[in-house]
Amino acid sequence: MSDAAARPLLEIRGLKKSFGDVEVLKGVDLAVRPSEVVTIIGSSGSGKTTLLRCVNLLEEFQGGAIVLDGETIGYGEAGGRRRRLRDAELSRQRAMTGMVFQSFNLFPHLSALGNVMLGLRKVRRMAKDEARTLAADWLNRVGLGNRLDNVPSQLSGGQQQRVAIARALAMNPKLVLLDEITSALDPELVQEVLSVIRRIAADGATLLIVTHEMRFAREVSDRIVFMEKGRIAEEGPPSEIFGAARSARLAEFLRNSGH
Amino acid sequence: MDAFLAQLWIARWPLFDGFLLTIGISVAAIVLGTLVGAVVGISLVFAPKLARLPFVVYVDVMRGTPVLVLILAAFYIPAVLGLSLSATQAGVLALALFAGAHIGELLRGALQAIPPGQAEAGRAIGLTFPQLLAHVLLPQAVRMALPPWINTGVELIKGSSLLSMIGVGELLLRTQEVIGRNFMTIQFYVFAGLAYLLVNVVLDTIGRTIERRLGTR
Repeated sequence: MSDAAARPLLEIRGLKKSFGDVEVLKGVDLAVRPSEVVTIIGSSGSGKTTLLRCVNLLEEFQGGAIVLDGETIGYGEAGGRRRRLRDAELSRQRAMTGMVFQSFNLFPHLSALGNVMLGLRKVRRMAKDEARTLAADWLNRVGLGNRLDNVPSQLSGGQQQRVAIARALAMNPKLVLLDEITSALDPELVQEVLSVIRRIAADGATLLIVTHEMRFAREVSDRIVFMEKGRIAEEGPPSEIFGAARSARLAEFLRNSGH
Repeated sequence: MDAFLAQLWIARWPLFDGFLLTIGISVAAIVLGTLVGAVVGISLVFAPKLARLPFVVYVDVMRGTPVLVLILAAFYIPAVLGLSLSATQAGVLALALFAGAHIGELLRGALQAIPPGQAEAGRAIGLTFPQLLAHVLLPQAVRMALPPWINTGVELIKGSSLLSMIGVGELLLRTQEVIGRNFMTIQFYVFAGLAYLLVNVVLDTIGRTIERRLGTR
């Protein structure tokens, strides 16, 4: 690790989040260093997707803090009270992270190129030609150089998800959040998406991943975080987490996930 | 038939003027109504609950009131309040308010039909709310709302005939005046009816064509 990597890129401290009366995150602490690949595993309802959504400020949270690249995000203080930031500030902070969703969420009225270009034009304020070149470049990198003008309905699930990855990565985010990105795909399309992720991980992107693909998690991650009931129950390098020494609950989860 | 054609020839300019006024009133009402409807529809979906209330009331009142009553209200109420609106202005106002409520409601429906993942994806790349609206949500909502919007246009053209009740010289009133001179009641009413039908068929065809072009993605 270099010196620059000493400071975490993302630091989550005591994060608490409730939906009504149900507390889904009960004080989560997690730090991610630059270029680190961290994968969150755990059964559904453990709070892993909610954690990711909090980091991208798609969810409000009631306690704790999230610090991204030295900046506390989502909330500020006004008159001694914790306040959600204004829309423009939230938007600026969201643009620091990229997110890829389980259900792709491509914009159906725009072509593959248009999907990738929208953020470059409106958020990064790039000139049209520059944005088009960069977008085409990224679509090439995810293997869709020949699909630039197709709209999402003309693409397979795997292709749509690769467009979504290009859309997130082209923005050059400091941190990329991947939320169960292969869960909605037919089995034969999973690998084409995962191989794209392997490549961007190898290129040094900082990734925070939620996945049920245990083999992929083991292979691509620097660190595995096991969440249970809104808390981090265990964390460590893949060899340790997937190795013999582990808690009974983790062992049970891994057994149920077919690992 | 010859007698009718002769009378039609005599009455051609008043009828043509009336026809143009019908088109003009309808276009003005749909343009104004669309502007009002855009504000109403967006507010109904995104405004805080309390701020939404006046729009809910507006939509319910407009949709629950007969168009003719709206037209009479727009004609008489401003006069009582000391505002002087011409009959045409009052009529356009009434039709625009009527259209605004309907268009607002159909835009609300379209916006709410967009999957929440769309807004989240837009947020995730850092779009501000106005950008999200302009580049992600409205383009999708407008596609969905287009067929019923055309329908509202058809309703307005038909509804504009009610303006004859407050003395606006649109197609129906002009037709009645012509009938008053030549007593060819059936012929000229049928003629006016065909003129309305023609415009609406053209509008409908345009709507279908656009709908087909946009496809059902």
